[in-house]
Amino acid sequence: MSQENFYMEGSTGLWEVVVGLEIHAQVTSEAKLFSGAATTFGAEPNTQVSLVDAAMPGMLPVINKHCVEQAVKTGIGLNAKINLRSVFDRKNYFYADLPQGYQISQFLDPIVGEGHLDVELADGRSKRIGITRLHLEQDAGKSIHDQHPEKSYIDLNRSGVALMEIVSEPDIRTAEEAAAYVKKVRAIVRCLGTCDGNMDQGSMRVDVNVSVRKPGEELGTRSETKNVNSVKFLSQTIEFEARRQIELIEDGGEVVQETRLFDSQRNITRPMRAKEFAHDYRYFPDPDLPPLVLEESWVDELRKNLPELPDEKKARFMKDFDLSAYDATVIVSEMENADYFETLLQHCKSQDPKMAKLASNWMTGELFGALNKDGLEITSSPISAENLAGLLNQIQDEVISGKIAKQVFGLMWETGKDAPTLIEEKGLKQVTDTSAIERVVDDIIAANPDMVEQYQSGKDKLFGFFVGQVMKEMQGKANPGVVNKILKGKLG
Amino acid sequence: MSLDLETVKRIAFLSRLKVDDTRAEAVRDDLNNILGFIDQLNEVDTEGVAPMVGVGAQEMPMREDVVSDGGYVDRVLANSPETAANMFVVPKVVE
Amino acid sequence: MTQALAKAISQSELTKLTLSQARDGLQKGEFTSVELTKDYIQAMEQTRELNGYILETPEVALGQAAISDKRIQEGKAGTLEGLPIAMKDLFCTRDIRTTACSNILDNFVPQYESTVSQNLANAGSVLLGKTNMDEFAMGSANITSAFGNVVNPWIGADGKPLTPGGSSGGSSAVVAAGSALAATGTDTGGSIRQPAAFTGVVGMKPTYGRCSRWGTVAFASSLDQAGPIARTVRDAAIMLEAMAGHDPKDSTSAMHEVPNFEAALTGDIRGLKVGIPKEYRMEGMDPEIESLWQQGANWLREAGAEIVDVTLPHTKYSLPAYYVLAPAECSSNLARYDGVRYGLRVPGNTLDEMYQNTRDQGFGDEVKRRILIGTYVLSAGYYDAYYLKAQRVRNLIAQDFKKVFESVDVLLTPTAPNAAFPLDEKPTDPLVMYLNDIFTVPANLAGLPGISVPAGLNQKGLPLGLQLVGLAFGENVVFRAAGVLEAAAQFQPLLAR
Ligand SMILES: [Mg+2]
Ligand SMILES: [Zn+2]
Repeated sequence: MSQENFYMEGSTGLWEVVVGLEIHAQVTSEAKLFSGAATTFGAEPNTQVSLVDAAMPGMLPVINKHCVEQAVKTGIGLNAKINLRSVFDRKNYFYADLPQGYQISQFLDPIVGEGHLDVELADGRSKRIGITRLHLEQDAGKSIHDQHPEKSYIDLNRSGVALMEIVSEPDIRTAEEAAAYVKKVRAIVRCLGTCDGNMDQGSMRVDVNVSVRKPGEELGTRSETKNVNSVKFLSQTIEFEARRQIELIEDGGEVVQETRLFDSQRNITRPMRAKEFAHDYRYFPDPDLPPLVLEESWVDELRKNLPELPDEKKARFMKDFDLSAYDATVIVSEMENADYFETLLQHCKSQDPKMAKLASNWMTGELFGALNKDGLEITSSPISAENLAGLLNQIQDEVISGKIAKQVFGLMWETGKDAPTLIEEKGLKQVTDTSAIERVVDDIIAANPDMVEQYQSGKDKLFGFFVGQVMKEMQGKANPGVVNKILKGKLG
Repeated sequence: MSLDLETVKRIAFLSRLKVDDTRAEAVRDDLNNILGFIDQLNEVDTEGVAPMVGVGAQEMPMREDVVSDGGYVDRVLANSPETAANMFVVPKVVE
Repeated sequence: MTQALAKAISQSELTKLTLSQARDGLQKGEFTSVELTKDYIQAMEQTRELNGYILETPEVALGQAAISDKRIQEGKAGTLEGLPIAMKDLFCTRDIRTTACSNILDNFVPQYESTVSQNLANAGSVLLGKTNMDEFAMGSANITSAFGNVVNPWIGADGKPLTPGGSSGGSSAVVAAGSALAATGTDTGGSIRQPAAFTGVVGMKPTYGRCSRWGTVAFASSLDQAGPIARTVRDAAIMLEAMAGHDPKDSTSAMHEVPNFEAALTGDIRGLKVGIPKEYRMEGMDPEIESLWQQGANWLREAGAEIVDVTLPHTKYSLPAYYVLAPAECSSNLARYDGVRYGLRVPGNTLDEMYQNTRDQGFGDEVKRRILIGTYVLSAGYYDAYYLKAQRVRNLIAQDFKKVFESVDVLLTPTAPNAAFPLDEKPTDPLVMYLNDIFTVPANLAGLPGISVPAGLNQKGLPLGLQLVGLAFGENVVFRAAGVLEAAAQFQPLLAR
């Protein structure tokens, strides 16, 4: 896909790809949206099911206030309008894992209205993606198909768990933009604590609407690929669907509006086989639930107490610590990274831009490199933020040089010990004692008369040779500044 | 407005009811009889009148986020026509 | 009614007592709850040909009666302590089969107790059994039940078996026949009031939200409301007080405190303004009913009330609006009956086949008719024309009432346009059946309390009821006026004949 003009090349010319995303994000809560059953992931089948979730006759929904709060917080995080009055509707359809025969959702009057997000792209561009709405709804149960050749088994543990459906405008043009958007939404909900963002456990799933058109033309017919559960699959879905639709149209075919599934074995999408021939959800306001009315003051209170969002954090890091936009973006992209960074900096001797730059360099360079190599998350890093700060403080205090620090870092990674202990144990302390360095400098000058002569006759580059020799003699532990100063004095 | 046979079959399927060909016309006529009665509503001028969903509480009460229910798989499955491995069993669903 | 049945009805002196009389007798120790309950169990057995009960629970009843006797001795009696009552089969009762009289709930045994039945149990009542009803409360003659129709214990001059009304026909029949002191009913469009009128007993539909809907099988959620069927206005007041109350498990449950309804029966209605809505005087109306209505107004005037002519202009559109809204809600409420988690399952090769086979065999014709209508009026392209239109009309109907209650305290109307009709003359056109609820449906649409009081007999000797409708949460006024009407009418119930 061309990144410059965001168009895809077909046999008949350029095509524009139009993508809109519906993210289903599971609300972080103890209990379900309309029942008091637990939401813990991975429980034994049907142990987290109340009579309400199993749609027993006469059972009624009562909303979980915390889930409402989570949706409002997320809406604020998405720069969106909070609707003080919203309505729950029933979306009617029959399905094995939908016990009521309808899903309680929000249709005409969602809890959150229009908003937007700005996403940063690799080329440094920032792009605004519109958000149409966020609404609260119930999750369905789970059908298990691999237990019996002719039967499906139904586990209702997930039935009734609160979901936020976040619908974007069809503003997305490339797989990269889609990925950046999903990552950004994920960072926001994780930062707010409103969804754990765990895509492999299904806490975040994406429905991908893709259509193609000739530049400047009307929107084409879209396909909807359901429940894509990783950023990688999201990109593959978009690439595949765009290519498929372009080829289809160019071969004289027509795109049909349909629901598809992503096949992660073959990296393709395919139409869902079992589908009601005519979808007609017959949405109507749930007569069991009066309108949800929120106090403006309550919303204001939530807004006031909202934790710092990734964008704000990034701006602060750039302003207070002089971090580059790139470094700041990398650090705030995951909440745990930002937390690590802040703890790291807290434990550093100073919090000035110079120290912050050192900290960010070490984190994004050495630390991320090591984590990557060992396939570890930052939360399970063998070097804690406190310990990394301990190491950086040793550099700052000129106890060790940057070079030795890398060696110490390696030892810390292996042993889990802190920097001062290791420096002590291994005797890596930097020598700043002038007379000791002077003695070595004198020896080196005495041993290399030719080099001294050449240097003094104008071969400035040889200075590095003397530094190297002194360092080598002192096993790298000499303070480079002191070495430079003494050498300059003695060599003239 | 009145229903045709195709619509009768469509709404029958949407409601997962069976209306086979032998009964379709009778069902259509029966429903049209009632729809004809309902059509009286068109005599009423409802311009500017808000739709009324319910007459009870006009605001939704909320509960606290506490686990207070569930944990009784036996009661959930007690009336089920077919279960296995503590799950409900249905004919194979193809996705 | 057979000779044996007639005899059974007048056999026990205890079963002739009203609920308040039985309560007082128990308190004074004149008899025990076990004695009272045994007589009711016997009455229940001897009136089986009415088909009012679809499940008798004599062991449960005797167990509860024994506990009640102990509580009365200990001075810990609840408001209904030791009083045998019947439960409409729409209320889920824990470990006791509940079917809504539908094949689709075939042998369903709830693992929970509805709030209303729990409230009644907490008040000390004794459960005699579950009563017959129209399937899923859809009907006005108790002929759509999977357990067969109920027979009205009243019998007309021509001796034909009559309908007890519906949908709470089992409840009204057993209360009238003396095989329960009182019974629960539910009223979505008249299902308490119309059967009460047809059997010469009192039926009260309270304000929407007064009684919790939790654990009651849903028909049309925005209209369904539980209430009592009893022999006197006082009995209905005592029953309702026990049934009602805020329930945090029902989001539509009213926060209002439940007043002492019995204390409202002061007998004093001097200065009360009673509205007579002119639109209820319909063309071709039974002149006997019209004259009884007039008589009722006169009784209230003689007791000191002021009679005012009022208008409810949109009355005519109540039934058509109801037959959009109730089916729409029912089509969704009944989607859960799919053969997966409980009730009937008729196998099929695919999931959809199983659903269709199950629902085809499980639901009766009237239920299917309403599901189809409801599905249609909600479907794409028809929603605005039918469903939204009906909701707007509902609003106009509610506004009519609001306006009228600015100038009157209570409305007086007939309960039904006719008396109980013979079962073999039941209407074949559903629309004709629907017209039975023409006077009762408006109060459901507006969520208002309404009571039916037996007020007289027609020429065939069949009971006729008058309805009083009040302001939301104005049950006290309704009860007070109903008490005066009852006293003036001097209606002789079946048990006293
Ligand atoms: Mg979707
Ligand atoms: Zn959704």
